[in-house]
Amino acid sequence: MKNISKSFPGVKALDSVNFELKAGEVHALLGENGAGKSTLIKVLGGIYIPDQGDIYINGTRAEIHDVRSAQRNGISIIHQELVLVPQMTVAENIYLGREPGKKFVDRKKMQVEAQKLLNTYGMQIDADTLVGKLTIAQQQMVEIIKAISYQSKIVVMDEPTSSLSDSEVSYLFKTIRTLVRENIGIIYISHKMSELGEICDRVTVMRDGQAVGTRVVKETTNDELISMMVGRELKHYYTRDYQKQKKVVLKCENISDGKMVKDVSFELHEGEIIGFAGLIGAGRSETMKCIFGLTKGSTGNIFLDGHKIRIKSPTEAMRYGIAFVPEDRKSEGLYSLQSVRYNSTIEVLRTFMKFFSVNAKKEREIAQTYIDIMGTKTPSQEQTIQNLSGGNQQKVMIGRWLATKPKVLILDEPTRGIDVGAKSEIYAIMNRLAKEGMAIIMVSSELPEIINMSDRIYVMCDGTLRGSFDHAEATQEKIMKLAAK
Amino acid sequence: MAGTDTKEISGQKAESPVVRFFKENLGILIALIALCLILTVNPATSRTFLTSQNIFNMLRQTSTNLYIACGMTMVIILGGIDLSVGSIIALSGCIAAGCVVHYHFPIAIAILVGILVGLLVGLFNGVVIAKTTIPAFIVTLATMNIARGFAYVYTGGSPVRVITKEWQFIGGGYVGIFPVPVIILFIVLILTGLIMNKTRLGRYIYAVGGNAQAAEFSGINVAKVKFLVQVFSGIMAGLAGIVLASRMYSGQPTAGEGAEMDAIAAVVVGGTSMAGGSGKLGGTIIGGLIIGVLNNGLNLMNVNSFWQYVVKGAVILLAVYVDYLRHRKTE
Repeated sequence: MKNISKSFPGVKALDSVNFELKAGEVHALLGENGAGKSTLIKVLGGIYIPDQGDIYINGTRAEIHDVRSAQRNGISIIHQELVLVPQMTVAENIYLGREPGKKFVDRKKMQVEAQKLLNTYGMQIDADTLVGKLTIAQQQMVEIIKAISYQSKIVVMDEPTSSLSDSEVSYLFKTIRTLVRENIGIIYISHKMSELGEICDRVTVMRDGQAVGTRVVKETTNDELISMMVGRELKHYYTRDYQKQKKVVLKCENISDGKMVKDVSFELHEGEIIGFAGLIGAGRSETMKCIFGLTKGSTGNIFLDGHKIRIKSPTEAMRYGIAFVPEDRKSEGLYSLQSVRYNSTIEVLRTFMKFFSVNAKKEREIAQTYIDIMGTKTPSQEQTIQNLSGGNQQKVMIGRWLATKPKVLILDEPTRGIDVGAKSEIYAIMNRLAKEGMAIIMVSSELPEIINMSDRIYVMCDGTLRGSFDHAEATQEKIMKLAAK
Repeated sequence: MAGTDTKEISGQKAESPVVRFFKENLGILIALIALCLILTVNPATSRTFLTSQNIFNMLRQTSTNLYIACGMTMVIILGGIDLSVGSIIALSGCIAAGCVVHYHFPIAIAILVGILVGLLVGLFNGVVIAKTTIPAFIVTLATMNIARGFAYVYTGGSPVRVITKEWQFIGGGYVGIFPVPVIILFIVLILTGLIMNKTRLGRYIYAVGGNAQAAEFSGINVAKVKFLVQVFSGIMAGLAGIVLASRMYSGQPTAGEGAEMDAIAAVVVGGTSMAGGSGKLGGTIIGGLIIGVLNNGLNLMNVNSFWQYVVKGAVILLAVYVDYLRHRKTE
């Protein structure tokens, strides 16, 4: 891709970007949210037409003016949000839009061909299964097979591992290596730098619509890539000033939810950050939901400052000073169509609303206070929150709960889907809050994050607590050993 | 995006609500004004449209639609719907009229009974919707039939005529130059506006409608919000039923047929999305006025009432399309 530029009203999304992919290469595209990665890919895929620049495939200029022409040129995009039809079978999905048969659909042929493809790539999926019944990882495989069936020579994967467990990720990488052996070029978009070393050959970093540079993965360092992404040297990615242990503020004994969480017990001290590590499905979020009063039928004892309390609803939990920032801000937290101000103050309405009156000034002050504390970047409080970047949305979410002035703050995957710069800022804020005495529980699937930020790390697996480590003695291997089934 | 990365955080200057009202509703406001201008200029109606008598008459006629449209706005923002309002109009009107004629209740009590009827149907809707996962569409579709059925059963199919002057005052009377229903309308609009904009319940309606899952996590009592909104919608319909029965001098089991559609039309033309989570009362008011002016204009021009349906539907489509174009440009 040579000199690609693309502007939208008010924003120059791509600025003379040059990008090159070799056959049989896995080339990573790295960059913060808003850097231009998705836009570049959409240009390649025929979803956007560039204002300037050309695309060359195998040396010849390619005419890509819509999705079909992109496909005809051998380009396939596997989006982050999978585009399969859950009510149809695997075979039907693979051949959607180009079903074999003259007058009527030749279902038998479709199934046989689809099964052949699946078997070639070692996928133990029956072509007759309804896609809706497959796991996310399997659905992703179907998308990849679909791409291959189009004779694609260029496959783009957008955040392919965001919903996969570790074993599923290795399976995906195995499939990628198979594709590579067939000389298919892969563009790999990901936030997770740990994956780059494992599967990618080269990496191109984008920032503010420009291609900042291309490196061979083996010849560069994470620090170099981070500073390219952020545009400055990020000296202290993690900020954590450990302090002497203070008194116990929260004690949980034998928390069970009657379904998968069994007998989870732990202690939380003032000014401490405890991390909950584990694989996806280990039951960490479920445990936190029990504590926050979101699970009916949960049992166990909870002691706050030494007093036994019963929490039967989120409102009660809030009254005791517990706050919970859920893991999926899009479906569990954000009111997308509302303003930043609305999203910031929704938990503390009583502080500025009485009967039929709203103290608008006080509301604006509250919203501004937490915008400032979190360092949220927004043109104004009235901005619709879905227009903000993921990192800023997450800051608003955390700010919303900070406004309730909690004693205990539970953060479920606080830096998921956020760019590097924002992540670092959130770590700094967590550190500051802890220093000021707040007790924080952090659930995270990112081991480096857990190891660098927690005082103590609890590891869960299959709904039970398998062990705990002090941060000084914790290593990724030790944690993974306990987390694995 | 490069733009938002380095901007300074502001927000101290809140936009004046009047300015915001005009900005948000520009499309339909223009449509309403254009409609009025056409009727003022058109020789067939120029002498009859812009008179205070006609305008107040038009407002009197539209007021009943606007009462239920207020309730409907809340229900739709919540992500639900209330199809039973038309039937509540019939049932409340008939029972209230029956109270006066058959049991000799004082008018004031009969009015309260009528509103109570609306409240009770709304309560029933609310309980079922809040406590079960049955969609509001289905629940209110059922009560729509049940309520009207009761109206027929109660009246035996024929109207219950009320001839007393006090009864006719509510729908046909004046206080000064203002028709009574218009005064009631002002009160209803102010009340609805206060609830939606100045109470916690109002905020919660937008929260539950926009992201019910997040509302649960926020500690909002989702069931209670759904319940209260249905009750409010029922009360509004009960009120509309009384006013209508007063204007028609009788409680009629056929009253209010299709009223829910006019209410939904007002809400939708006003810019509220059927998906829930967004929308404003101001838009509904303009939407309701567009429909009211349209009906009025067509009547003044003596257009065949069947054609009125066609014109109304076409205008609704046009208003929504214009608004759609406007929003597409800003995306």
